Amino acid sequence: MISFTLNGKPVSAMAAPTSRLTEVLRESLNAKGTKVGCDAGDCGACTVLMDGRQVCACLIPAARAEGETIQTVEAEDADLSRLKAAFLRHGAAQCGICTPGMLIAAVDLLRRNPNPSEVEAQDALGGVLCRCTGYRKIITAVCDVGGETGSDPAQNGRVGDAVARLDGAAKVAGDSFGADYSPDGALVVQAIRSPHPHAAFSFGDLAAFTARPGVAGVFTAVDIPGRNAFGVIPPFADQPAIAQSPARFRGECVALVAYEPGAEADIADFPITWQTLPALITPAEAEAEGAAPLHPTRPGNRLIEGRVRKGDVAAAMASSAHVAQASMETSFVEHAYIEPEAGSAWMEGDTLIIRACTQAPVMDRDDTALILNLAPERVRIIPSAVGGGFGSKLDVSLQPLLGLVTLRTGRPCRMTYSRTESMSSTTKRHPAEMTGRIGCDADGRITAVEFEGRFNTGAYSSWGPTVANRVPVHVSGPYLTPNIHARARAIHTHGPVSGAFRGFGVPQAALWQEPIYDELAAKVGMDRLEFRILNALRDGDASATGQILNAVGIAPCLEALRPHWARALSDAANASGPMRRGVGVASCWYGCGNTSLPNPSTIRIALSHQGRVVLHQGATDVGQGSNTVIAQIAAEALCLPLDQITLIGPDTALTPDAGKTSASRQTFVSGRAAKAAAESLRRTVLRLANAGDGARLSLTGPILTVTEGSTRREVDLASLPTDAFGYALTAEETYDPPTSGLDENGQGKPYALYGYGAQMVELEVDPALGTLRLLKITAAHDVGRAINPQLAEGQIEGGVAQGIGLAIMEEYIAGRTENLHDYLIPTIGDVPPIESLLIEVPDPEGPFGAKGLGEHVLIPTAPAILNAIRHATGAVVTKVPALPHRILAAIKAAS
Amino acid sequence: MRSYARPTTLPDLRAHLAAGPFRILAGGTDLYPGAGPQLDGDILDLTAVPNLRGIRVDGNLRIGACTTWTEVAEAYLPPALHALQQAALQVGGRQIQNAGTIGGNLCNASPAADGIPPLLACDAMVELTSATAIREVPLADFLLGPRKTARAADEVLTAVIIPQAALGGRSAFVKLGARAYLVISIAMVAARLVVQDGRIADCAVAVGSCSATAERLRSAEAALIGVSVSDAVARLDPHLIASGLAPIDDIRATAAYRGEAAVELVKRAVAGALA
Repeated sequence: MISFTLNGKPVSAMAAPTSRLTEVLRESLNAKGTKVGCDAGDCGACTVLMDGRQVCACLIPAARAEGETIQTVEAEDADLSRLKAAFLRHGAAQCGICTPGMLIAAVDLLRRNPNPSEVEAQDALGGVLCRCTGYRKIITAVCDVGGETGSDPAQNGRVGDAVARLDGAAKVAGDSFGADYSPDGALVVQAIRSPHPHAAFSFGDLAAFTARPGVAGVFTAVDIPGRNAFGVIPPFADQPAIAQSPARFRGECVALVAYEPGAEADIADFPITWQTLPALITPAEAEAEGAAPLHPTRPGNRLIEGRVRKGDVAAAMASSAHVAQASMETSFVEHAYIEPEAGSAWMEGDTLIIRACTQAPVMDRDDTALILNLAPERVRIIPSAVGGGFGSKLDVSLQPLLGLVTLRTGRPCRMTYSRTESMSSTTKRHPAEMTGRIGCDADGRITAVEFEGRFNTGAYSSWGPTVANRVPVHVSGPYLTPNIHARARAIHTHGPVSGAFRGFGVPQAALWQEPIYDELAAKVGMDRLEFRILNALRDGDASATGQILNAVGIAPCLEALRPHWARALSDAANASGPMRRGVGVASCWYGCGNTSLPNPSTIRIALSHQGRVVLHQGATDVGQGSNTVIAQIAAEALCLPLDQITLIGPDTALTPDAGKTSASRQTFVSGRAAKAAAESLRRTVLRLANAGDGARLSLTGPILTVTEGSTRREVDLASLPTDAFGYALTAEETYDPPTSGLDENGQGKPYALYGYGAQMVELEVDPALGTLRLLKITAAHDVGRAINPQLAEGQIEGGVAQGIGLAIMEEYIAGRTENLHDYLIPTIGDVPPIESLLIEVPDPEGPFGAKGLGEHVLIPTAPAILNAIRHATGAVVTKVPALPHRILAAIKAAS
Repeated sequence: MRSYARPTTLPDLRAHLAAGPFRILAGGTDLYPGAGPQLDGDILDLTAVPNLRGIRVDGNLRIGACTTWTEVAEAYLPPALHALQQAALQVGGRQIQNAGTIGGNLCNASPAADGIPPLLACDAMVELTSATAIREVPLADFLLGPRKTARAADEVLTAVIIPQAALGGRSAFVKLGARAYLVISIAMVAARLVVQDGRIADCAVAVGSCSATAERLRSAEAALIGVSVSDAVARLDPHLIASGLAPIDDIRATAAYRGEAAVELVKRAVAGALA
């Protein structure tokens, strides 16, 4: 028995003396505000105060807590309350998984230093990783902890208001993520995973293992009742939930063990024999003559090739005044959300309920139902709060595994991936090998783009087809390109499965194309920014796919950078000292929604008999803010205040399908559906009141007042009959972006709407060490209409941070960087000040003109960094991450 | 088998050692990350023994093995240990500095341990205690290779001792990594220099992450003795620095890069100690 003081109250718990303090808090004391991200002291999510000092609870033996004072995010504490308010006020919490650790680290700081500087805040919070926010708003919140909380009456939740996120209070309290709910009596599920990239395996005496004390069951591929293949794009579905021999990548699940609650999971001597097989690690090996296909239907290990061809590239290149050629290589990049996959499952009657972190509840339901041979309506997916996704939580991970155990045992179960399991078994950004050339005329106008990209799609299809199709469409960048021939192929290897990661291959392509534009500008003798402005797509121009574009915002973004660019170039020219200062710029464009495929969203909005506006919002908010943005759009369209809206969902039993949180589509597609539903509900109300379009609504209790001029009518909602949805009045609307298929040359209208942006990076290079110091990033993004400017800035800052990681530190190597100390993501000291310039070129297709933003923001950062390095030193980096040794080698090669 | 003991006095600790062997647990910041869901083995937790904590000077300077990095950073120490204090602020984040101990850092014997070069530059000794004996070993001899030390199975490291003779001069620590916080060093250097009459009278330079264990650069040090302060950095010979190191390629950098970076870092550490 271990006794200590937790948040001012004496507590006691039964715990092994060396069990982690996190386990005591979470499992024995049910204090789940303290999160676990790595169990290794690498992420700081579990930061608590012990005897007033911040420590990682995952590294503290339970016995050492005896007699101590422990404080967690659940504490009632004045400093903590002020910090929570500041975090909400400044939008410092996005997904919320790092927030408890950040808050506690900040409490530790404030008690030592009530008025911290920015650097002091960074030093104090340097041990907590955040993957969403880019840290800047966290620093601001900590340094402004004493600031005013007063509400701005102008910020009442209309479209354009920077209201605090509606789910923010839960985030700063320690939200309930996948691992934070455990049904009573839940079995604890552990996966057995392949330690090899390619290996045959066979099982020993599973019955004997099953008979061990504490083991409730062992499950392998033969136990799967349905189709043992899932995939986000149904025609390509190829990934087993539990592999049959052979395993095709390191980390692949080959069996499950379910343990009784409280039993110690020990899978060290699980009866399995491995026979390693030759592994195809690189796409070159996988494409080599005679290489065995991973999947028999995909000869040459080619999953797919995407193409765009327009005009006559050969002739255009031949007559170009200047042509520049380049190659670029990128690495596997891990999403590194701080929440490892986690969830639980149980039965309610005939319905299998799975509560887990996800970006795509309906896809989870449908894939899980297929795997388990259930009708989809017998599976209900309840998304937990999601501690970051960035694309990887689109694919199912543990949902079918949880479902299988509960279905087979009839008992509730739960599962939490370790950090290493999360990193080794889930999807990555595709490594790319890209080469090609771009031409321009003597005036600097782009004439032609020729591109070939090979993308390592890993062992299974996942989002490989999407990457192969998106890259050729976007590889010109947002520039008028009369002639193009672009091909991108996805090649299977025995590597980690490459899937969706913020940008679907477009960030890699930008790393190829944007440095070439710098080189062409130099050849023409033009300023690099002006070269881009000259070539920027304009309304009425045709894209590479022949789509006539409108609401094109790239030129306004680039033009907004002009004064900053002039100032930065001047600063760089006047800088002295041993550091070399450089400035770089890069652009982005990005089509919102699925590429040439339907992707509808449906939103339901209702007036209850009690007088609430109930928004059934099925778009999962993984931190990006759809809970708030969709509600703001609905409130605006309905013409009622935001604070009268009650959010329901997402939950496949309660919310209509709002599609997946990917492709920067939720603000646009679900936003359009929400707008349509709210307008429909408003029309119904106006009809009931016999009022015209301009009437004002107000809601007091169940009385809905409709005012038109001097006429006031009251609708008593309580008196209305109950409709099919259980409400007084309900509207449900669907929106599906109008697109067309791409022909064999990739011509067509792949997206209904594009967003645009451009970023400028200022940095210093240490020429003796090849290290960088980022000084400032200025990010201009055309969002069409900023529904919530604070959330939009949060997306920009977070995307920039991930772009920094892509550019200079992140390289996932299977078997070697499966943790957060060998795999580096930016810390609070690695993200410089970011100035966001929100540009609004409204798109008639978007809700109130709004465009998507979530992925766009990551695309320009990395190429702008490379361009700044080149400006500073002349170094041409051809492989990212640009680690110090690569930069130093490039500096030497240039001189 | 698992057991756990947390003695509260030195005699109690020594009595336990007689009954060993144990897995020694101090701050836990290296042991837990390497553990699975549970920490296996028979654990002997050192952190409740008061004598193992704190810093005191009586001629030599003695740092208890369980002194945390925060305590090292916040202590009032002579300038010769400025490098150690700079390193203390770069061991993980503040959470790690509040839990991790100097003794644990040495016993974990990572080639990238940030605490080691500053201590090598101060000719540190380690005190090893068993049930029946106490011995002092130079840190340089204690470190045998990656994750290998001269600690016997029935011993614990109880203190780090800086000889009075090595407490002179000023020191600086320079760390190179690929991000700002929480970073395993690509290379790091500690330099301690004693200046008399404008010339370098004594000098110690140690480099980490560039060989199986951190190394003192004896030849480069010798070449600096008697050199005027203003010439010191220019007189550093890259060949003498490189010849003392054996860097390897790994995920963080190439061997060639490490060799070059070490030269630059030595210059900066020497300049820093002379600043």
